[in-house]
Amino acid sequence: MNTVLQFIITGLLFCLPILSTSVAFGATQSAEFEQGVQLLASKSFTEKEQAIHMIGNSGDPLAIKTLQAVYAGKLFFVKKDKTLVYGEPDGSTYSVTDFISGEDLGLIKKRKLKKITINNKLRGVLKSVLAGLNLQHPDPKQRLAAAEEILTGLNPELITLLKKSLLTEQDPEVREALTSALAVAGLHHQDPQQRLASLALIAGNLNPVVKNAIQALIEKENDPIVLKKAEAALKVIEAKSTWYARLETLFFGLSLGSVLVLAAIGLAITFGVIGVINMAHGELIMLGAYTTYVLQQLMPNYIGLALALSIPAAFCVSGLTGILIEKSVIRFLYGRPLETLLATFGISLVLQQTVRSIFSPLNRSVATPDWMSGSLVINPLLSLTTNRVTIFLFAMIVFAGLFVLLKKSSLGLNVRAVAQNRNMARAMGVKAARVDALTFGLGSGIAGIAGVALSQLTNVGPNLGQAYIIDSFMVVVFGGVGNLWGTLVGGLSLGIANKFLEPWIGAVLAKIIILIFIILFIQKRPQGLFPQKGRAAE
Amino acid sequence: MSIIKSLYRDKVGMVMLTLLTLMAVIIPACNQVFPEGHTFHISTFTMTLLGKYLCYALLALSVDLVWGYLGILSLGHGAFFGLGGYAMGMYLMRQIGDRGVYGNPLLPDFMVFLNWQELPWFWHGFNWFAFAMLMVMLAPAALAFIFGWFAFKSRVTGVYLSIITQAMTYALLLAFFRNEMGFGGNNGLTDFKDILGFSLQNDATKAGLFMASAIALILGYISCRYITQSKLGRVCTAIRDQESRVRFLGYRVEHAKLFIFTFSAVLAGIAGALYVPQVGIINPTEFSPLNSIEIVIWVAVGGRATLYGAVAGALVVNYAKSYLTAAFPDAWLFGLGALFILVTLFLPQGISGGITALFKKKEAR
Amino acid sequence: MKLKKKVTTALGMTALAVTISASAMAADTIKVGILHSLSGTMAISETTLKDTMLMLIDEQNKKGGVLGKKLEAVVVDPASNWPLFAEKAKELIEKEKVVATFGCWTSVSRKSVLPVFEEQNSLLFYPVQYEGEESSRNVFYTGAAPNQQAIPAVDYLMTEIGVKRWVLAGTDYVYPRTTNKILEAYLKAKGVAAADIMINYTPFGHSDWQSIVADIKKFGSEGKKTAVVSTINGDANVPFYKELGNQGITADNIPVVAFSVGEEELSGIDTKPLVGHLAAWNYFMSVDSEVNDAFIESWQKFIKSENRVTNDPMEAHYIGFNMWVKAVEKAGTTDAEAVQDAIIGVTVPNLSGGYSAMMPNHHITKPVLIGEIQDDGQFEIVWQTSGLEVGDAWSDYLEGSKDLISDWRKPLSCGAYNVVTAKCSGTN
Repeated sequence: MNTVLQFIITGLLFCLPILSTSVAFGATQSAEFEQGVQLLASKSFTEKEQAIHMIGNSGDPLAIKTLQAVYAGKLFFVKKDKTLVYGEPDGSTYSVTDFISGEDLGLIKKRKLKKITINNKLRGVLKSVLAGLNLQHPDPKQRLAAAEEILTGLNPELITLLKKSLLTEQDPEVREALTSALAVAGLHHQDPQQRLASLALIAGNLNPVVKNAIQALIEKENDPIVLKKAEAALKVIEAKSTWYARLETLFFGLSLGSVLVLAAIGLAITFGVIGVINMAHGELIMLGAYTTYVLQQLMPNYIGLALALSIPAAFCVSGLTGILIEKSVIRFLYGRPLETLLATFGISLVLQQTVRSIFSPLNRSVATPDWMSGSLVINPLLSLTTNRVTIFLFAMIVFAGLFVLLKKSSLGLNVRAVAQNRNMARAMGVKAARVDALTFGLGSGIAGIAGVALSQLTNVGPNLGQAYIIDSFMVVVFGGVGNLWGTLVGGLSLGIANKFLEPWIGAVLAKIIILIFIILFIQKRPQGLFPQKGRAAE
Repeated sequence: MSIIKSLYRDKVGMVMLTLLTLMAVIIPACNQVFPEGHTFHISTFTMTLLGKYLCYALLALSVDLVWGYLGILSLGHGAFFGLGGYAMGMYLMRQIGDRGVYGNPLLPDFMVFLNWQELPWFWHGFNWFAFAMLMVMLAPAALAFIFGWFAFKSRVTGVYLSIITQAMTYALLLAFFRNEMGFGGNNGLTDFKDILGFSLQNDATKAGLFMASAIALILGYISCRYITQSKLGRVCTAIRDQESRVRFLGYRVEHAKLFIFTFSAVLAGIAGALYVPQVGIINPTEFSPLNSIEIVIWVAVGGRATLYGAVAGALVVNYAKSYLTAAFPDAWLFGLGALFILVTLFLPQGISGGITALFKKKEAR
Repeated sequence: MKLKKKVTTALGMTALAVTISASAMAADTIKVGILHSLSGTMAISETTLKDTMLMLIDEQNKKGGVLGKKLEAVVVDPASNWPLFAEKAKELIEKEKVVATFGCWTSVSRKSVLPVFEEQNSLLFYPVQYEGEESSRNVFYTGAAPNQQAIPAVDYLMTEIGVKRWVLAGTDYVYPRTTNKILEAYLKAKGVAAADIMINYTPFGHSDWQSIVADIKKFGSEGKKTAVVSTINGDANVPFYKELGNQGITADNIPVVAFSVGEEELSGIDTKPLVGHLAAWNYFMSVDSEVNDAFIESWQKFIKSENRVTNDPMEAHYIGFNMWVKAVEKAGTTDAEAVQDAIIGVTVPNLSGGYSAMMPNHHITKPVLIGEIQDDGQFEIVWQTSGLEVGDAWSDYLEGSKDLISDWRKPLSCGAYNVVTAKCSGTN
């Protein structure tokens, strides 16, 4: 941070003479801005940093837009004539507009453009300069974000800016953020009374910066009253942190659990309802993930839509593959569950190698749409990542849908009938063979859907399925074969238990302990959490 | 006496045992007596490769004993194999002595460079061959006994049992991957120098190991055949076919199961111990659940509940694997996968069952 | 009996040695082994290296081969199975009679084949960055040792970015363990307090990073500039970076510097959340040099795809192969002993526009580059060492190995020579 500060100061010093000249010009398109923009083309990161400060200080209406474009990496120079342009990628070319005039320059090839590159240090500088500028942004949300950004990197210039904006700020939320930021700075005030007042202002604030500031204060505080207050404030913050940490762990557990449920629920149907051990289940998940990849390749500009479309598509691809497997192999092996295990293992090898031959053994990149990245910030200590929340909800919807399908539809009725007593069901006119194929297809289709979700969390590669197959088996066995509720409760509770164990003993031991627990649990209750009822139980 | 009688009835087995005995004598002899380039020379590479297959065959035998005759589909026999292998590996590591790269007389290299100060307690004793051999059998036996004790007492059967054996080997896989465990983590144990004072790089030692593997397989086969032909063996077959009836007749089902399961684990452990010095490395991937499934598949391909089928299956599949990885590196998984599907679909009794059926047809004619 | 056995072995060994050289002389081609997994978990990384080798051999043949003979590549698939690596290595040397082998990726595969190469006295060129602590007469390490990757990267973060707090996160196997041990000792020597170092290990293919990333976030929010040094392996990286991005950790607040993430790995990742994170290598595809442009062009032509990237281990094979060719030409034979003597001191161009030399410890000299990940999956080079770093087989920061040196020149000819006790360990 120190070096950043130093650079800002040197930057400001450097700018001083230019500042005065620009005032003298009283320009609409300030000379300083122009100079800064010219300097951006430099190769040296130090010069680029000066450029950023110059642009930031120019007061030019384009300044914010320029810096934001630099930050996003969308500002280029055309190599030939050094025009500053704004580019959006369009396949292998860029659709380009003149940055100053806004004139559309059409498509330009990547090689003819020179991007204004930045490094981490410059990103920090940009953020801080932008925050300073954004304090005057018309949108209160932007001002709030700026104030919060400044809190993490306070320096004398920014404090002056804060004070200035507090005078004119109307929005209560932004005012609060500004006051807290100033109060954190006020903890260093010489007057103990001032320090006390500052402390009171930020006492309930959960931002880690505040906690660090209070801790720093405690270390060097001489005044006993302030010290006592500070310690009390710290205690409150710490109590709240532990509480939120527990909530966070619970969320992590639910999220891991929902992934397990998604991966296992298709297996719960094929394994549970029709008694087939499907070792190729993991590969059906993998097919779903690859379906997502293919759809995204087909429509690279609508990544979110592709993701949504891949849910039904993956269901069909994996489901049809499942029906094909059932019709060609498993049909001949009913009543011999251990043989199906061997045959499906062979199928899983073949599917893996097929995918490897078609898509290469390399992992494939599946993009995450914007609405699924980032997190829902509840407070500075607790934020829930959007993709996990989405997948949790998605898992619940899939579960509910499947549950309704099995309980309410005629297919579900047939499936349950065949599962409970195949001969009786056939005597009642249920076409058992057809039901078997459909059930297997349904289970496989759900696996495909799980693959769509997993493509958002992990690698899409030929080995994707293997990583989940054992966990899925554990969930199904733990929950009780043939019981959807068992899978749901089993998956979620294993996820939560895993996440609560992890901070204590590490990820590996947590997993080992869970496995040993399942082994012991099966000894105690061989039929799992929710034992199956009916003839099939024997 | 009864051993001979039980063998006499097993004609295919007799043929196979004769072949194995011939192999045990001829192959090392060809390797040692004839110089390289001679028509009858068998290269050390081929011999070690065959030695590895023989270890796999013993492992397959142990799986067939529990699966074919007891109906327990164990998806975790790799765990016993691995434990036996690790016990042997620890002995071989201790034999390196101060010839490791750091020249530390007490600690294996991987402990030195992770700053371990002293030998963990469970490594003591492994510098004696006899103790190590005892552990080769005892470690898998203990695991099998404890696991079986719980599982058979609470009458866990069928697919549930299969899945928890899988969980067992998976848990061991994760545990042995941890470097804190003191088994060398992912790298496992390697860079062995000698066994009982004979250099492992020496062709003669390799010939000796090959013979030992062949003899172990022969003895393993005979004892398995004896058990299956004994009264206990018939009780086991009965358990496989109708467990509750056997129970009603007053037999202690779990005792029979426990004995066979533990014995089978010991066989697997011995196979692992012979395997390690021949391939030169033991590491946690031996515990991987996929490996254990592969063993089951050797048995299925060969034909379960025949014993000789398991041996044949292990040899055939592994030979096919070696051949396919060399000949068609890009496509061998297709071949392997197709083999499993075709065998389960068209040869439910495995290769040996298929051949027997063919013979019977001829006889009927 | 024992004596007889020994005599037969000795005879066998000489016979073997004679036949190897004889067959190499008699045959029309010189056989070169390629030992990379084409299936299983490591196929992801290793298949590319197999293709690289095929391309290099192909190009050499177009130039007329070596010693007037064409080279013939023998490809086998050890299927990511470690014992199989040893078996296939034996097959290459004994059955196929290859004179040198290019292969292996993981440390465990190298450890598995090491006794085979030593026993048969054949040559292995190992192209991947590794943990050091090894120097074999028969192995040439063309990837980076920790001092050619990890330590310069930490130096960069410390001096240029001002990092004060460190998270050392890795997959639980030997490379991260050793690298982190070295880094921990190095950081402590630089005055970093133990409380400012957090070490975390995860299993292979770890996919649920929520808790660990939350811990890193907490660790980094305590007021000092924090960075993550990642030795996380292959598959676990994608979920790790995704989680980092989603939990709001960006490169400017907590940068991650990785040692196992290269262009090839990035081609399977949605790079948006990674922009600005760092990687340390000895080569980047974005290196601006003529020889690199030529290499990329011939690679994309060979593999028939304009989207394929190049990466650091490929460069290592490029260097290693050219060194072998030069050494063979210098020695005038492919005989292992002669090549071992000839290759030390051989200098060939590397792809970053300079030259790399084979040192007496069988490691090579390399520049160290630090790059920031860009949204197109490439790296923008932000820093590089002024000169070349010499690969150090034995780390100076580990208790057991600080007194060890390696020098394969005669008369020392030792991979682990203890300068204090003046003894050479690790020999029979």
